[in-house]
Amino acid sequence: MSGAGMGHLIIAPVVLPAVLAGITLLFARNRPGLARALAGAGNAALLVIALVLFNAASGAGPELYRLGDWPAPFGIVLVLDRLSALMLLMTAGLSMAVLLQAMATGWDRRGVHFHALWLFQLMGLNGAFLTGDAFNLFVFFEVLLIASYGLMVHGGGGPRIRAGLHYIAVNLVGSTLFLFALATIYSVMGTLNMADLAVKLRDLPADDVALMRVAAVLLMLVFAVKGALVPLHFWLPGTYAKAPGVVAALFAVMTKVGAYAAIRTGTMIFPPDLPATGPLLGQMLLPAALLTLAVGAVGVLGARSLPRLAAYAAIASMGTAFTAIAGFGPQAIGAALYYMVHSTLAAAFLFLLADVLASRGAVWLDGDLAAKGPRLPGPAAALFLAAAVACAGLPPLSGFIGKLFVLQATAPEAAWVWPVVLGGSFLMILGFARAGSNLFWKATGPAPARPLGLNELAIPGLFLLALAALSVLAGPVSDWMAVTAGHLVDPEAYIAANRLGEGA
Amino acid sequence: MSPALIAALPFLGALFPGIAARFGRGPAALVAGMATALALAGLLSHAPAVLAGEAVTARFTWIPALGLDASFRIDGLGMMFAGLILGIGLLIILYARFYLDEAEPIGRFMSYLLLFQGAMVGIVLSDNILLLLVFWELTSLSSFLLIGWWQNRPEGRQGARMALAVTGGGGLAMIAGMLILGNIAGSYDISEIVTKGAEIQASPWYLTALILILLGAFTKSAQFPFHFWLPHAMAAPTPVSAYLHSATMVKAGLFLMARLWPALAGTPEWTAIVATAGLVTLLLGAKIAFFKDDLKAILAFSTVSHLGLITFLLGIGTKAAATAAMLHILCHASFKAALFMVAGIVDHAAHTRDIRSLGGLRKAMPLTFVIAAVASLSMAGFPPLNGFLSKEMMLEEASHLYWLTAWLVPALATAGALLSVGYSLRFLSHAFLGEPRDSLEHAPHDPGPGLWAAPALLAVLVVVSGLLPMATFAPFVDAAASAVTGETVHAHIALWHGLEPAALWMSLMAIGGGLVILGLYPQLRALWDGFPRPDAKDIFDAVIGALATAARVFTATVHNGALHRALWTATVAIVAAGLWAWWGAPQAAGTRPPVPLTLVGVLGFAVLALAALGAAWRHHERVLALILTGIVGLLLSGAFAWFSAPDLALTQISVEVVTILLMLLALNFLPAKTPRESAPWRRLRDLAVAAATGLGTAALAYALMRRDALFPLISEFHWAQSKPGAGGTNAVNTIIVDFRGYDTFGEIIVLGIAALVIFALAEAVLGSARACARLAALDTGRDAGDAHPVMLVAGTRFLLPVALTVGVYIFLRGHNLPGGGFVAGLIFSIAVLWQYMASGYDWSDRRQRFNHHAFIGAGVLTASVTGLGAWVMGLPFLTSGYTHVHIWPLDDIELATAALFDLGVFLCVLGAVMLSLATLSRLSQHTRHGRTEREV
Amino acid sequence: MQGIGMEALVAGAIGIFTFVGTYLMLRLRSFPVILGLTFLSYAVNLFIFAVGRLKPGADPIVGQTEIPTDPLPQALVLTAIVISFGMTAVIVMMGLGAYFETGNDKVDAPPGKDGTPEDASDDPAGLEPAPEARQ
Repeated sequence: MSGAGMGHLIIAPVVLPAVLAGITLLFARNRPGLARALAGAGNAALLVIALVLFNAASGAGPELYRLGDWPAPFGIVLVLDRLSALMLLMTAGLSMAVLLQAMATGWDRRGVHFHALWLFQLMGLNGAFLTGDAFNLFVFFEVLLIASYGLMVHGGGGPRIRAGLHYIAVNLVGSTLFLFALATIYSVMGTLNMADLAVKLRDLPADDVALMRVAAVLLMLVFAVKGALVPLHFWLPGTYAKAPGVVAALFAVMTKVGAYAAIRTGTMIFPPDLPATGPLLGQMLLPAALLTLAVGAVGVLGARSLPRLAAYAAIASMGTAFTAIAGFGPQAIGAALYYMVHSTLAAAFLFLLADVLASRGAVWLDGDLAAKGPRLPGPAAALFLAAAVACAGLPPLSGFIGKLFVLQATAPEAAWVWPVVLGGSFLMILGFARAGSNLFWKATGPAPARPLGLNELAIPGLFLLALAALSVLAGPVSDWMAVTAGHLVDPEAYIAANRLGEGA
Repeated sequence: MSPALIAALPFLGALFPGIAARFGRGPAALVAGMATALALAGLLSHAPAVLAGEAVTARFTWIPALGLDASFRIDGLGMMFAGLILGIGLLIILYARFYLDEAEPIGRFMSYLLLFQGAMVGIVLSDNILLLLVFWELTSLSSFLLIGWWQNRPEGRQGARMALAVTGGGGLAMIAGMLILGNIAGSYDISEIVTKGAEIQASPWYLTALILILLGAFTKSAQFPFHFWLPHAMAAPTPVSAYLHSATMVKAGLFLMARLWPALAGTPEWTAIVATAGLVTLLLGAKIAFFKDDLKAILAFSTVSHLGLITFLLGIGTKAAATAAMLHILCHASFKAALFMVAGIVDHAAHTRDIRSLGGLRKAMPLTFVIAAVASLSMAGFPPLNGFLSKEMMLEEASHLYWLTAWLVPALATAGALLSVGYSLRFLSHAFLGEPRDSLEHAPHDPGPGLWAAPALLAVLVVVSGLLPMATFAPFVDAAASAVTGETVHAHIALWHGLEPAALWMSLMAIGGGLVILGLYPQLRALWDGFPRPDAKDIFDAVIGALATAARVFTATVHNGALHRALWTATVAIVAAGLWAWWGAPQAAGTRPPVPLTLVGVLGFAVLALAALGAAWRHHERVLALILTGIVGLLLSGAFAWFSAPDLALTQISVEVVTILLMLLALNFLPAKTPRESAPWRRLRDLAVAAATGLGTAALAYALMRRDALFPLISEFHWAQSKPGAGGTNAVNTIIVDFRGYDTFGEIIVLGIAALVIFALAEAVLGSARACARLAALDTGRDAGDAHPVMLVAGTRFLLPVALTVGVYIFLRGHNLPGGGFVAGLIFSIAVLWQYMASGYDWSDRRQRFNHHAFIGAGVLTASVTGLGAWVMGLPFLTSGYTHVHIWPLDDIELATAALFDLGVFLCVLGAVMLSLATLSRLSQHTRHGRTEREV
Repeated sequence: MQGIGMEALVAGAIGIFTFVGTYLMLRLRSFPVILGLTFLSYAVNLFIFAVGRLKPGADPIVGQTEIPTDPLPQALVLTAIVISFGMTAVIVMMGLGAYFETGNDKVDAPPGKDGTPEDASDDPAGLEPAPEARQ
């Protein structure tokens, strides 16, 4: 094991939540307090573990964990590298905060099995970020998806359940596509280990590339569904608008799973310099990403309700992220990583805020309806302003910095990328200004019966602090991202860490 | 004091007024004032060095990767502007302290004001264009908050949004411009960029960058055609108008043009764009100002006009013109801020700002009158006030400027000056001279010193700097102009240059003409009112409104919440992308010899195809469609068996049974028929898409089956290691529980979660009154016939143990022969379910000893703990060990930890399937039929 | 050596399943949509199995056969079958839940004001469960 070996700790982010969920089912089904404690403690533990792993991955090179002690590519392996460590940390941190908010708002008590599903959700996410095996990635996609189905319809209600139906249906198509792609890959390449694929694809005969090109594109489409890229984004507005606010906030990291997988695939397995596929994936992603950004920005301006505004803002942020990702170069990936961290925090921030505001009847952004809205306290207004600033990419928050990174990374295609990115920001500024002035300035209704206290605004405030920190520390953070991007576009260390065939 | 600290002080100061306000309005203002004063002191401490031509810098690396560093620099230009911002800021804070009502949260107001101040100081002290952008957008944001201060007033909200839209939008364009500029210059440091003028102006990107940056500058400084937002920003409280919209923020655009002057100015493009825009704005603003009736509106448009004047001077591009621009920035700030405060005082005193209902105030408000007179005469450009000095210099520059003809620019400049004389004198005479109006319900009077002190101070400055320019403004102007032009400037500012200069005669003309148009005001006004004028606000609102409506309609129509659309577009996209990737790419021909056809195969295929197509064809009859689906599933397992995949066959068939059971239970609640809803053309469209996907997958499958893998299969290892490595002869099973046991681990958890989700959903449904009512209205007894026939009951009671034994057997042999925990679990649950169906829910439920959730939990735990067991041996998760034992009557079976893992699988599957189906049958207990049955 | 073989039939079956599945999934009621997704899972399961190449008479049991088959696709299909079973179960329950809550089994959200799907249900106040469900 290289560097400070993390050993069994690498599997902990997957097994720990699974065990805790099992315990919750066995002993805490009728003890909500215990369930809260288990989920909370487990999440805290995951955060600590993620920090340790992050620290290790930042220092040493990628580290291997052989499940069942079988060597890659024959068995399934986990690989902890900087990217997976980053995603683990992001997930643990986000879910910790959002879980606390779920408890503060009482969302977790509005249905059964919330905490068990939450833990399974984390298990799925962590598994997806850690695995080095393509088919196992599919399996953990399914784990995190099915858990998300449960969380999405938590609390029930007709429209929400129908939205859940859409969410499942679209994702089932995605999963089917995933399997088609994987089977194709295995049938031609004879392997499922990602590093092994990367190596073997380089030796693909030049006169026999058609099938792998198809597989690559289909695979990327699967991730595009997760990342809600136009025209595969139709599931998102309904799902995120109808899901419980805290769940929508957690889902901020779900779309990033698509982004993560796209980065892995596009930098290591099908990099732009691979003869078989060449720039294929980038050529497909960039237009889609710009379209997504545009659709999201237009949605922010056109949304009639606060939850939808948040949903479209999330779409726009995914568009921006994929605009950078599509470059698959070191600078572009570095920009994408910084922006992804920002947009995860910003989106969650906005969703949590939208949830508490909506729970007080501040939902509608239309002139007449908005005027009837409740009078809301100053802190809420201040937080909304901050969230808007973050999402629209205005200074001083990290959205602006992330946008500058993306713009610089896309300078070669500036002629047609920049107008979309900046035009999108313009529409979002209009949309958020309209929303904010209507929600907080125009509303003349009575103050909400259940006053909006700090207990429900504290966690959103925490997100503001996180965004501020991300801005102040943008220098070191972006440097870290740059190094990570460097490792991603030159995956030799990752591949070597798999120790392919050793001990076979 | 470090320049960075100077820029930071207002931001730090912004934290305190809120707290201080608890102790009263005075303390709040005091705190704000102290922060400002401190910053000002720090700034002036650098004055000697800066005026001597040095530059004070401070640099902190922030985001090296971006080229964005927190680097600040005080040179002449920065000194002049920062001094202006902080100096006038102090006066504004004093004025606002007395201007705001008791009721208004002065703490928040002061904080906003300081935020703005900090952003402004940041702009003028930044030495990095990206940092400058940060502060630039911050001024837009803070002015948004200040303009919308009176939230209950629609004009306030609209003005704020308009200002944000225009200036924020301009800022976005500027981002692009600055990035291009930085890329050309190879640095984002202003001190670097200004030395690279030659390269920048030679670059093919020069014009693009110039236009984008000017978009930012023009929007901020309200230059034509972006001048319209400024008057509507006047919805803000007067201190804000005086501060942001006359003295400082609107000068940010001018500052930027001055700042980048060495890099951008001097080209024909620059002069063409900047000078023209300035001249047009100068005339347009002056003309409108002359005809406005609201005091603040007059001042607003006069501000527009004067900004145009300064832009024009910068556009000319000569050293002298730039100097004049610097001077006029100072002069304008001094007299215009004073005038705004006067307008506020009048508003307070007379409760109106409509100049038509004002008049003769000089009697009631002598002090205010004096201040107003000094300031407005300076604005008109009368000697010996400072406005005269800069106007002279402007006219002088204009007189030398050749554009189309020698006289055009001088003429237009004179006209501008003439109009400014006109509106300045109108402001003064119509409000203060003439007869007092008794129409005012409040008798106006001079305010307390708190309100007049600040404008009075400015008025004094106007006079003094007019009389002694060289002693007051000159050093700052020189330093600023030197910083702008990059050459040392020693301006000779004087009231009297002798009789030669054309400027003298031009300004005499202007003054004369101004008096004339003022005399002819009624006639001109009638003429003006006669012409229809497009109101910029209406146009803007129309555009933005159209944009918003378009966005709403687009969003609503595209995202219409139709699953059909989501899936259809996705399918089309997938097929298209697949084709696109495949098109024209080389592919080797299939070389595998085909497996010869057999009769069984062909027949099986025929039935399979018919059943499948039948299900699609008759899908409206749901039961039939479901039965056909079931047949397909069964045949599929047959196919697996035929193609030598016994495990698949076993699993497929058991899963099929359970699935069909599940769907039958569901169909109990749902309508029996699907109505024909989709239009024929839509059905055709769907058929076409479906056909495309079908052909695609078939082609892909065929291509793959006819060829061999290009590389050795990893499963060769599994095959070889199955017995020696994993201790099982059934390679499929060893893969599932050992080589890829981790997949199975995830898989059973998926199953467990599925059951939890189903249970939670049922709970939610049963918790909702609406759903329960519908459920109660259902009669699910329709095709059940006899609830539980005796035969079936007896049969199951007898069959159950058999099924269970089979389950155990299947479970145990799994590792070597087809079978395993999963299939066993399914067989178990099918047996139990059979009982449910036969004996009814309650009977079985009473005999249910364990809770299904517990089964799932136990299963997950067993599997996890088994996996973790390996840690004891220091081996990774899920590493298996095994030993062989003989238990009669079974043949040699080996007990692998894999078997324990398989037990987890078994428990999880059992729990999941039972829970799901039990939940569904539980729902039926709430239907009318169900309830009647229970009562029996 | 070319010629029609079992491959053609299997490929045909996969194609037909996909065709039927896609068509049904594009219907407007939850039940046919669910059937469609079931057919898609049939299609993909057969696909995974088939692209491991057809070997009649082979056997995945070590020692019982001379013709070694490729056991891995079979294992993958097993996983896929189980997962798609779980998914089907969930979506069936979803369909039922939506049916009970909204009173019809249409899959498309009904248009709200001015045709947007943003009906009052965007207002969680309207989605909050009965008080007893809250703690």
